[in-house]
Amino acid sequence: MKGKIHSIETFGSVDGPGIRTVFFMQGCPARCLYCHNPDSWSLSQGIAVTSEELVNRAKRGKSYYGDDGGVTFSGGEPLLQGEFLIATMKKLKMEGIKSAIDTSGTYYDENTFDVIKESDLVLLDIKHTEADKFAEITACAQENLFKVIDDIKELKKPVWIRQVIIPGINDSEEYIEKLNDFIADLNTVNKVELLGYHKMAIDKYNKLDMEYRLKDTPAMEKDRMEELRTLIKVPKRKVKVAV
Amino acid sequence: MKKEWEGFNTGKWENEIGIDNFIALNYKQYEGDAEFLAGPTERTKECNEVVKDLLIQERKNGGTLKVDASKIMRINSFEPGYIVSGKDIIVGLQTDEPLKRGLCPFGGIKMVRQEVEEFGVELNPDVDKAFEHLTSHNDGVFKAYSRAMKDVRHFGFITGLPDAYGRGRIIGDYRRTALYGIDQLIEWKKQDHEEISSRSIMNEENIRLAEEITNQIVALKEIKKMAQSYGYDISKPAKDFKEAVQWVYFSYLAGIKEENGAAMSLGRTSTFLDVYAERDLANGNYSEEDLQEIMDDFILKLRVARHLRTSQYNELFGGDPMWITEGIGGIGSDGRHRVTKNSYRVLNTLYNLGAAPEPNLTVLWSKDLPENFKKFCSKVSIDTDSIQYENDDLMRPTCGGDYSIACCVSAIEMGEQMQFFGARCNLAKILTLALNGGIDEKSGAHLGPQMESVPDGKIDFEEAWRRYNIYLAWLCELYVNIMNIIHFMHDKYDYERSQMAFLNSEIGRLMAFGVAGLSVAADSLSAIKHADVYPIRNEDGLIVDYRIEGDFPKYGNDDDRADQFAVDITKRTIEELRKHPTYRNAKHTLSVLTITSNVMYGKKTGNTPDGRRSGEAFAPGANPMHERDSNGAVASLNSVSKVVWENCQDGVSNTFSITPDTLGKSEEEQTDTLVKLLSGYFGQGAHHLNVNVLNKELLEDAYENPDKYPSLTIRVSGYAVRFNSLSKEHQKEVIARTFHGRV
Repeated sequence: MKGKIHSIETFGSVDGPGIRTVFFMQGCPARCLYCHNPDSWSLSQGIAVTSEELVNRAKRGKSYYGDDGGVTFSGGEPLLQGEFLIATMKKLKMEGIKSAIDTSGTYYDENTFDVIKESDLVLLDIKHTEADKFAEITACAQENLFKVIDDIKELKKPVWIRQVIIPGINDSEEYIEKLNDFIADLNTVNKVELLGYHKMAIDKYNKLDMEYRLKDTPAMEKDRMEELRTLIKVPKRKVKVAV
Repeated sequence: MKKEWEGFNTGKWENEIGIDNFIALNYKQYEGDAEFLAGPTERTKECNEVVKDLLIQERKNGGTLKVDASKIMRINSFEPGYIVSGKDIIVGLQTDEPLKRGLCPFGGIKMVRQEVEEFGVELNPDVDKAFEHLTSHNDGVFKAYSRAMKDVRHFGFITGLPDAYGRGRIIGDYRRTALYGIDQLIEWKKQDHEEISSRSIMNEENIRLAEEITNQIVALKEIKKMAQSYGYDISKPAKDFKEAVQWVYFSYLAGIKEENGAAMSLGRTSTFLDVYAERDLANGNYSEEDLQEIMDDFILKLRVARHLRTSQYNELFGGDPMWITEGIGGIGSDGRHRVTKNSYRVLNTLYNLGAAPEPNLTVLWSKDLPENFKKFCSKVSIDTDSIQYENDDLMRPTCGGDYSIACCVSAIEMGEQMQFFGARCNLAKILTLALNGGIDEKSGAHLGPQMESVPDGKIDFEEAWRRYNIYLAWLCELYVNIMNIIHFMHDKYDYERSQMAFLNSEIGRLMAFGVAGLSVAADSLSAIKHADVYPIRNEDGLIVDYRIEGDFPKYGNDDDRADQFAVDITKRTIEELRKHPTYRNAKHTLSVLTITSNVMYGKKTGNTPDGRRSGEAFAPGANPMHERDSNGAVASLNSVSKVVWENCQDGVSNTFSITPDTLGKSEEEQTDTLVKLLSGYFGQGAHHLNVNVLNKELLEDAYENPDKYPSLTIRVSGYAVRFNSLSKEHQKEVIARTFHGRV
């Protein structure tokens, strides 16, 4: 079967541990205000590829992966192509290559449980802890996120929480408290990453002749990000997790 | 045992030259981290400030501070000179003042005349007059060149030939003086001379060799005298670390006094010197601070070494390089890594004295280097952008455990080999010449075999490849013969007695050919094969441009359809070169290395079938063309790693720029990621990597505001430069390169 990708980054060092081959999957149900890849939204675009092609590409990174690197499926929303991901991750496993998925929990279907099961790590992007704000940012309902979290819990899957901090939306101490509460009973969290909102996507929107809705929002200041990071509480582990 | 050797383990090295054997029996591996290192002393800071001021004056003076045009620079032409008289620990300068440049006319008197004229001083009429009777290397070469040889040179098919100045790239094993003393070296040379001059057949080779050895002996005696002028007796072995450094430095210094070769490597000295350092630490002779201070002062001396150059030369090799290359780390032939505390100390000079392009510090990378050392090197790269890496695991099986690097990337066995260096041929221009059937697209001149140009309509790939091979073969034959002439004349008129004195009398020779424009040639052939390329002619019917319909795979994306061309072209080139015999039976080698001449090669090349515009700079070395590597850093590195080192034993240079954020969020993450990147790249069998960790915006700002960045150092192509010392044109090309970054 074939999948659809937006692009490939052969040197990913910030989307999961170690050096990673990042496959940006095409198609996304969300319409996040600050999305970097608005050209990855539509499933009618993108490049059709087979699992074998992606595995061959991933194998070319083997000498760089070390103990912790591997492949990350990012997007777009990778869960949208669950069946393709499962097939590809199984083949990667046979090659000894670890897989991570980078999801926003805006999509869920009958394949999602198995996608999470096949992956070695989930990078879970929490768009917002509150339902109405979540919808405002993503144009999606929050219920799929909870289903994804339930699967992660059931499968005891290692997870990195990621949260973009946007001035005026969630850059407060109170919000970090809420985030701590939100993930408190997720006891396979290895890392919580706060990512400061920046404006580097504007050029892309201009090129695509699309409106950038956060054009008046300033980038997050580095110092403020450091302050907020000190407030993060990684949940206590109740089980031993690899990665 | 000699008293200077007390405390050393005995071995074969005592009775015959055996530096590698001495190191293997005596060095102490270091597995620890960088915690032990000492910072700069007050004296070091003071001397460093003096040098910094001088460097500013030099830049403000247009790149050259002072010139002595009164005499020829020989080993003892100048009175002793100091950076700060009374405070220098390691002594010796090329002339009597730091940064003052002297004359080296034996490579080419013409160039010297031009140099002094450009600087605005008068050449001593006696020197000028002497060359009415003497022949310089340059004069000799042009007496022998054919018309066709002059043409390929003139029209830019072969550029950068060392036929107008010293050839360089010879590395004396200067460690020998420290271990044995000059008198013992003279004694051994005398024995060699007697043996060779007594042979039953005195043929040309033996006669020449006997004369050369006599010249070497004269040089050794003069070096001893030079040391005496600084108050040292180097006739005997060095007795401690400071003397060992000083003995090595005097021996190296003689070479850069007499010769203005483009690349004057130091060799592989730091681990050798560590044997003395460890003995002194154990005896309580020196503290860690003392040892570091000696290394700092040694490196400071190397940083003020200079040669007088013409503006034309600088256009080709930007940034006033000397290529004082020092190989660090690596693995010995016994399989043990050669990382010592002194490997750390020499890198630590980049912190104590600040980042700088010279000496050209080169880490000989192996998977078996200690993890701590890998991390330290990675940190030094991130902090200073001043060091380069070469794959020891790849070179060691061929070059042994004690080779060093000539110029940027060329491995040479210490003491046992020398290199005949020479330029590079333009792989992209060969293609446009071939498609035009022997007419140069820039000038309309006829060169090489003459045939009809390719017909109108879509260019047929098989036909293009057939023609490419015909013209490649034609150029390679000329290239070998040009090099034979150059090195014959150099041996004859500008023999490097003071460097050759530190090599074995009978040595292996490498003849190092080069290529430029590899990525342009590969992409052009890929375009012809995978897209539809049509010739566009001018009114005379000459193909001056190409129309490309459709897309094609490009070198730098880990796509074999394009990368294979880079592999095939280099293989075909070395095969063609090997068909032609070399002067003194040198072994043919090939490099993919451009220095900064990629800008000049681009200037001399018209539009190419890959869509590159006429005059546009080539990518440096084996790099993919700027911004065409669009699948990320690993894909780009993987493409370059496919070029087979066995076909290019003179080196495959790759210059890599990455933004700090791309490597990771924290300093620790960045250091770890760079170690993994290097491990992965070299694990694929790649040869060389220059690493720059910086943002493009920084370079753009430095381009506009040079005074804000007096010491900004970056790696360009096999060497490092101060960004400010590059021409604006070179600066622009560096900024246009691919920076692997992320949004």
